[in-house]
Amino acid sequence: MKDIPALPVRVEIRLESDHVAVREGLRHLFTSPPLCNLSPDLRGSTEIVLAEVVNNIVEHAYLYDKGFIDISLIYAYPTLSFEIVDTGLPMPSTKLPAGDLVALDRSGELPEGGFGWFLIRNLARGLEYRRKSSRNILAFWMDAR
Amino acid sequence: MQLTANLRGDTLVIEALGDRICAASAIHFKDRMRELTQTECQRVLFDMSRVAFVDGSGLGAIVAVLKALAPQRKLELAGLTPTVQKVFRLTRMEQVFTIHDEMPQNLRYAC
Repeated sequence: MKDIPALPVRVEIRLESDHVAVREGLRHLFTSPPLCNLSPDLRGSTEIVLAEVVNNIVEHAYLYDKGFIDISLIYAYPTLSFEIVDTGLPMPSTKLPAGDLVALDRSGELPEGGFGWFLIRNLARGLEYRRKSSRNILAFWMDAR
Repeated sequence: MQLTANLRGDTLVIEALGDRICAASAIHFKDRMRELTQTECQRVLFDMSRVAFVDGSGLGAIVAVLKALAPQRKLELAGLTPTVQKVFRLTRMEQVFTIHDEMPQNLRYAC
């Protein structure tokens, strides 16, 4: 832990729903304070979760129409909390996906996808999803201790 | 995602020059790996030491390359950085791939 902010830090960023914009946006977010100052382990976990959440929005919520993805984070040590909002399609049955890992079958086919929600559920805490006024709102937090 | 390939003996060593294999580059990565692995060789070793980040799409693309090479050839990985290691460990893909901690000595690039 290089640098723990004394006061809560809030950052907001708006991304366009395409994979290249997302890659560049996340690169910027994770190389700027406060995320660039997290321990490498926490920074890695946070980047995995955020990338998977945002990729899912690009691929599913904005399947037909493009739109914006608004990420806001509050770092109030030891909690790093995120809220991600989009105006795309709701989650199926307006519920978070289960995120089960597809069984590995050495003699059969290996899965080439379906890792996203499994990774999110493994690494993020307090996942909450709600649909409100045609918006998807996903919140979670990371434990910075 | 830029890749370079060098044949060393019977091993095709492919090095990732970019730092991310993610949703933005997964399809291009798969296509490029397919081209590079046309070279005749017994094994393919992918040097990931410059790759700081792989997401689920990137992992899926690496699995697809493994499957495309099977059953004649294996895809071996080397130099996984900590976040990449974490993705492989959590998804249990580390049990599927042969993973070297670092590039085998005889296959390192002469500087």
